[in-house]
Amino acid sequence: MSILIDENTKVVVQGLTGSEGTFHSKKMIEYGTKVVAGVTPGKGGTEHEGLPVFNTVDDAVKQTGANTSVTFVPPVFAADAIMEAAESSVKLVICISEGIPTLDMVKVTTFLKDRDVRLVGPNCPGVITPGKCKIGIMPGFIHSPGKIGVISRSGTLTYEAVDQLTKEKLGQTTCIGLGGDPIIGTRFIDALKLFKNDPETEGVVMIGEIGGTDEETAAEYIKNEFDKPVVAFIAGRTAPPGKRMGHAGAIIAGGKGTAKEKIETLRTCGVTVADSPAEIGITMKKVLSS
Amino acid sequence: MKIHEYQSKGLFKKFSIPVPEGEVADNKSQAGDIAKEIAKKVVVKAQVHAGGRGKGGGIKVAANSKEAEQRANEIIGMNLVTHQTGPEGKQVRKVLIEEALDVEKELYLGMVIDRETSMITVIASEEGGVEIEKVAAETPEKIIKVPIDPSVGIQSFQARKVAFALNLPKELIRDGSKLVINLYKLFIECDASLAEINPLVITKDNRLLAADAKVNFDDNALERQQNIKELRDINEEEPTEVEASKYNLSYVKLDGNVGCMVNGAGLAMATMDIIKHHGSMPANFLDVGGAASVERVENAFRILLSDKNVKAVLINIFGGIVRCDRVANGVIEAAKRLDISVPIVVRLAGTNSDIAADILKKSDLSFEVAEDLGDAAQKAVAAAQ
Repeated sequence: MSILIDENTKVVVQGLTGSEGTFHSKKMIEYGTKVVAGVTPGKGGTEHEGLPVFNTVDDAVKQTGANTSVTFVPPVFAADAIMEAAESSVKLVICISEGIPTLDMVKVTTFLKDRDVRLVGPNCPGVITPGKCKIGIMPGFIHSPGKIGVISRSGTLTYEAVDQLTKEKLGQTTCIGLGGDPIIGTRFIDALKLFKNDPETEGVVMIGEIGGTDEETAAEYIKNEFDKPVVAFIAGRTAPPGKRMGHAGAIIAGGKGTAKEKIETLRTCGVTVADSPAEIGITMKKVLSS
Repeated sequence: MKIHEYQSKGLFKKFSIPVPEGEVADNKSQAGDIAKEIAKKVVVKAQVHAGGRGKGGGIKVAANSKEAEQRANEIIGMNLVTHQTGPEGKQVRKVLIEEALDVEKELYLGMVIDRETSMITVIASEEGGVEIEKVAAETPEKIIKVPIDPSVGIQSFQARKVAFALNLPKELIRDGSKLVINLYKLFIECDASLAEINPLVITKDNRLLAADAKVNFDDNALERQQNIKELRDINEEEPTEVEASKYNLSYVKLDGNVGCMVNGAGLAMATMDIIKHHGSMPANFLDVGGAASVERVENAFRILLSDKNVKAVLINIFGGIVRCDRVANGVIEAAKRLDISVPIVVRLAGTNSDIAADILKKSDLSFEVAEDLGDAAQKAVAAAQ
């Protein structure tokens, strides 16, 4: 069954006509994703790479029945793009853009609060249900359909984990990139709840990193309400305090958000934490066979 | 992005948040002149991007302008070491000369964006003048937190709540509430990530003032905050990190001897971690991002190798969109241009990784090629011995 996206998902690309939008939409279409429309304000009525372009997400949805949007717009416009999509009737908005000002995301969170829509990201590689639907920038070929759910705050580290899983013959149900920012639409606990209710998912890999307390919140949930095996890797054991490590959300602030704390909490709650990022796949294999 | 205390106070003035009378000086005679203007006892405060200045000897009292000049002479140019600067300390280039306050009470007032709730939260405590983390750990009941609803912003009743919680004297409640509201306005209008007044002082003659001021800004918002951007002090930043930012490379200097070059922040942190896991320490964090062109790789190498501690380099690239064979050619070309003498271990995975490994092995540069990340880390650690 997988979660969030499947072979029936219809995608509208915000920022289709830009270079990122164009490049990745082609790749998504190649993978088999049903990309049905693009939105670039001012270019409505034109065609781009064989797709109809609309001025607004509303128009795109009304004309094509798109139910999911992916945004490839520059960070200064991204919060606005997310809110526009949320206001139309799409149920899922996936925001790839990196560099959105934090106070913009504070606005977005408020805007989304009582609306029936889920945001994944921003600053994320996207969501993929292998074999069925790829929305984002991840390389499709490293994925394989299977039974492991993957939830990650990272981009290339996710690919590293997925590659290992695939090589261990452990395919994936759905891989969700949560994003590297401090304020994101979907957190570990939200993704875990979705995987809990997915009969196809038999185990979950969590890739976390320093900053915030989402991994700890997830750990509590896993201890109390999640029965499927979970394997985690937390990046940033060697990160110094107070420094932003690339991702806006990867920062140890006021002593909080260290990798050590997260790892300890996860282990206490029954999660198997791999000590080396090279052993994520093999650790899941061991856990499943025990 | 961080700024100096004197710059934070400059912003406070713009937003009608009261601060002690004072001005910044970068030489002793200017300091003396400012003290003369103020015409009372003054404090001479080292301006560096770090806390703990007092304990480190960077804050001194002066009774008159002559003493102010002497204190300034001692402090300007000193290498100030505090618990936040690291053992190497920071060079002091400027001092803030300020009226010395007759303190009745020290309070704490701050604002942060709470990433769990996605709201700006006001944090206040009667325990001012000490580290708030300590108060939070030992006596959390002494801290009040007021989250602000972003859809309407701070409301008067919330500012009053803070003022009353701080037990401000009756006649200062109005001013205190206004101060809280003005700090929030500053936070929003300037895209701050943190604002802290510690201590917020009530003087013996019943004035309410920000005796210290710290405001940090959201790096992601600087493009729309040109005035704030101009406050950046490059002297306070690590030179290699400043250099790296010129090339749009995300770089953080660390203490180890294995340099690493990786695409993606999470993978870069994981690479640092696996170096430690195999017995050495990373020299840096470096995310070369999605486009590994020759120029980018060359700049990355140059930055990495400017750190003399680096005894080996580990390149770990997971190519999705990025083609590994392109990266391999980029690495070879860059290495040739720079005439690199330290051992380089390369691990390329993903798109065209087999072709890439071949290209590297056949090059006449002695790269060690690894397929597996664990293997790559072991090789790099061994090469650094």
